[in-house]
Amino acid sequence: MSPSVPLQEMIRAIRSARTQCEERGVIQRECAAIRAQFRQTDNGGRSHNLAKLLYVHMLGYPAHFGQMECVRMIASPRYSEKRVGYLGAMMLLDEKQDASLLITNSIKNDLSHSNQYVQSLALCTLACMGSAEMCRDLAPEIDRLLRSSNSYIKKKAALCAVHIVRKVHDLGELFVPSARSLLSEKNHGVLHGAVVLITELCERSPETLERFRKTVPDLVQIMKGLVISGYSPDHDVAGVSDPFLQVRILRLLRILGRNNEAASDAMNDLLAQVATNTDSTKTVGNAVLYETVLTVLDIKSESGLRVLAVNILGRFLLNNDRNIRYIAMTSLQKIVSTDHNAVQRHRGTIVDCLKDQDASVKRRALELSLALVSASNIRSMMKELLIFLSSCPPELRAQAASGIFNAAERYAPSKRWHIDTILHVLTTAGGDVRDETVPNLIQLITNTSELHCYTVHKLYRALLTDISQQPLVQVACWCIGEYGDLLLKGECQETEAVQVTEDDVLDALEIVLQSHMSTPTTRGFALTATMKLSTRITDNVDRIRSIVSIYGSCIDVELQQRAVEYNALFKKYDHMRAAVLERMPVIQKNSLGQTNGELSEEPMKESQPGKVKQEETALPPQPAGQVVDLLDLLGGSQEPLQPGSSVGGSASTQLTAAPTSAGGDLLDLLGGFEPTPLAPAPTVTVYEKNGVTLTLSCEQQSESGLTVTLTASNSTDSDISGFTLQAAVPKSVQLQMRAPSRDSLPAHGGAKLTQLVVLNNPNKVNLKMRIRVSYTCQGSVVQDMVQVDSFPGL
Amino acid sequence: MVYGGSEAAHLFRRKFSALFMMQFMLLFSRQGKLRLQKWYVPLSDKEKKKITRELVQTVLARKPKMCSFLEWRDLKIVYKRYASLYFCCAIEDQDNELITLEIIHRYVELLDKYFGSVCELDIIFNFEKAYFILDEFLLGGEAQETSKKNVLKAIEQADLLQENIDFQMRLFAGRQRCRDPSQRAGGNWTHINTFSIIVILLIITL
Repeated sequence: MSPSVPLQEMIRAIRSARTQCEERGVIQRECAAIRAQFRQTDNGGRSHNLAKLLYVHMLGYPAHFGQMECVRMIASPRYSEKRVGYLGAMMLLDEKQDASLLITNSIKNDLSHSNQYVQSLALCTLACMGSAEMCRDLAPEIDRLLRSSNSYIKKKAALCAVHIVRKVHDLGELFVPSARSLLSEKNHGVLHGAVVLITELCERSPETLERFRKTVPDLVQIMKGLVISGYSPDHDVAGVSDPFLQVRILRLLRILGRNNEAASDAMNDLLAQVATNTDSTKTVGNAVLYETVLTVLDIKSESGLRVLAVNILGRFLLNNDRNIRYIAMTSLQKIVSTDHNAVQRHRGTIVDCLKDQDASVKRRALELSLALVSASNIRSMMKELLIFLSSCPPELRAQAASGIFNAAERYAPSKRWHIDTILHVLTTAGGDVRDETVPNLIQLITNTSELHCYTVHKLYRALLTDISQQPLVQVACWCIGEYGDLLLKGECQETEAVQVTEDDVLDALEIVLQSHMSTPTTRGFALTATMKLSTRITDNVDRIRSIVSIYGSCIDVELQQRAVEYNALFKKYDHMRAAVLERMPVIQKNSLGQTNGELSEEPMKESQPGKVKQEETALPPQPAGQVVDLLDLLGGSQEPLQPGSSVGGSASTQLTAAPTSAGGDLLDLLGGFEPTPLAPAPTVTVYEKNGVTLTLSCEQQSESGLTVTLTASNSTDSDISGFTLQAAVPKSVQLQMRAPSRDSLPAHGGAKLTQLVVLNNPNKVNLKMRIRVSYTCQGSVVQDMVQVDSFPGL
Repeated sequence: MVYGGSEAAHLFRRKFSALFMMQFMLLFSRQGKLRLQKWYVPLSDKEKKKITRELVQTVLARKPKMCSFLEWRDLKIVYKRYASLYFCCAIEDQDNELITLEIIHRYVELLDKYFGSVCELDIIFNFEKAYFILDEFLLGGEAQETSKKNVLKAIEQADLLQENIDFQMRLFAGRQRCRDPSQRAGGNWTHINTFSIIVILLIITL
């Protein structure tokens, strides 16, 4: 075919343009010329013009003014013009353009043209860009062509029908009979088209699938012919006879054999034959083998065949060609859950692929490795995975980190190993871990009380090395705050202890506080940790005081709030500081991401400082020393009563992992501090003296739980301030006092004071309560005690 | 491996939910210049440009020894470099990548046979022929003829058809006479026009 000279000249001109600007100039000129040509009536160069325009379009310039010309060219009688017209239609007109509908008529006419090459143009265009309406219009035509005697047309019509079915699913019904008859063709092209069409029909409709199941024997026959037959020069590719057709047939067999015993049985032999006979030295043979393996694994094949398939995949894994290895891993990923043991055999090779240069192969290897981790191989696998994490491409880091965490959580052989692994991940890929890693790790650390010393030493060292990885820094700050005393003691069994002074520790925390790399959350952690240290160190409390007061004017609202509250803790509530900042209780292990009680919305790390904040605002001004006094007071009585404890104090009993029954109360503690609303329960006046009245009402919450509400009022003429209540109960009963509503009582009963007391009486002993009242009135301190022996409503 | 933005991820799931399908084929040079683009899914020009740009960047960034397959958005991309041209196909998730490599190879073989030792310049200067060959090999994204010989024979015949004026006149006369009188008139008009000009010239000179 002679080249189009005008076209080639233009291409040469464009290519010789040295700059983008010059090129644009050339193209503008050419486009203007083309437009002028389009306006003229017929001249011999129409096809050249359109071809020029298509070239310009491919370079990325707008060419929409050529759409109508395409429509005109398609209607032309000249084959050369039709050819370029249809090409233009496929390039410039897609179903979104309105002009595409205009060619429907031309296509219809050309489909019945006497010349098969014109027909083929129309079929090709319809299959490429036919819209749903066009497909609906022309479907009967296509069906007619499917029945013609011309194989050249038949094969094209079959693929056109595929496109129609993809666009308009309902039209599938129309093609079923013709598709069925096409299977008996000898022409490979037609056969190929028929198989593709049947595949598409079966995918779309389960009824059609059922009908075509009967063709399985025919397909098996055709396939056998291809595999066993001798060399056929027309269709041979490197020793494999028509691999394209083979792959298509295998795919159809897969769809037909899925979930169907009978069909799967019928193809067993064939699949075994293909699997063993196909030459796997070249890519084309491997392509057929790959399709065979996919089919075997998807249908209900017998176990021998499955083993054969997995072995083929194993062979693929050892292939030098990277593509084949990639394919193998993709397939193994699909079957790792069902044929786990078979895939485990190849674990070594898969882990080696982690070190491959190619990022795609690495990704596949990572996914497969994570799926293969089990209790027996966790240590060796984790070693490999951690090595991988340190050198993996950035886009895989997050996936690798979360995979490692999951695996570590499920199969950790020991707590120490688990903590070590998490710390390792945080140091290597700290920036890519998920948010809930920090609270999860903190939970894990508190639960492993025997390793507190080890953990805090390790984290302190990590903090000194690098403060850029935020999750690591957050956990480290938290631990130093909690277990700072263990750190300062300077001795540790598990690891080499760091000899630090209090100043060193405070320096480290201050560096975190001031570093520009620290996020506000991390700073919050560091500030709280600094504050906690004030009860765990002895000398530098003033330094802590000054740090905290500086942040009282910080721009960040969160930090400012914390600092102000801690300042308040230093100034007004200094006596409570020790109790407030006591060791954290063992956190109940809930499912990932959840926190206890009603604080489920906020992440754990927020709730911890939150608890501290609420504790200090809610506590009544109860001198910590009073607890001791109560014990003395009650020392002589017959029934040893358990002293009422303040909110902070109950937390101090949770130091070791020994679960005491107060753990149950702890859940209530974390649940919120709002006093439950007063239920209309019977009240009884328990104390009445000097104008101060104390009433009690109680409500049974559960079988052993009881809520007692104490209400105090003042009927004297003067205000009462500093009103506090203390309660003591028998030893087996657990008591918890909630925050009182206020601590002063205005005169003449201006306001009432309410305080909630939560009791837990598991042993159902006879409930008694001793209440001690203390207040200041007219400058003098008054203290009194009353015992309650009977509770109303019980 | 690069995971592109999710903006256009929905593009491919819109109307086409076929399991096995070639979505598009791109040919581009090592400098990123597009030499051929065949789209089997309906997308706007802007979307096509965006996808082309991103994909070209992604593929050109790959190192020589790397795997021929990559995952891009929710498609699988199979690419292979022949001399200075990258042949890039986008296939669906369930498709067989190895056979797609074979399809690409078959297309290159066809081009080679047709142009005789094909090089990039052939495809630049005869791009419409590259399209014609592709359209004779693939239809709607699927292989239509698995025999190399038959594809080449068909193209040869189609080329002859284009060249053969007699054939064209027969075509011209057979079907289109009634339908396009203006065209026919136009065709004759040129002959008549030339003749009449010669006559007029003769008359003027005389």
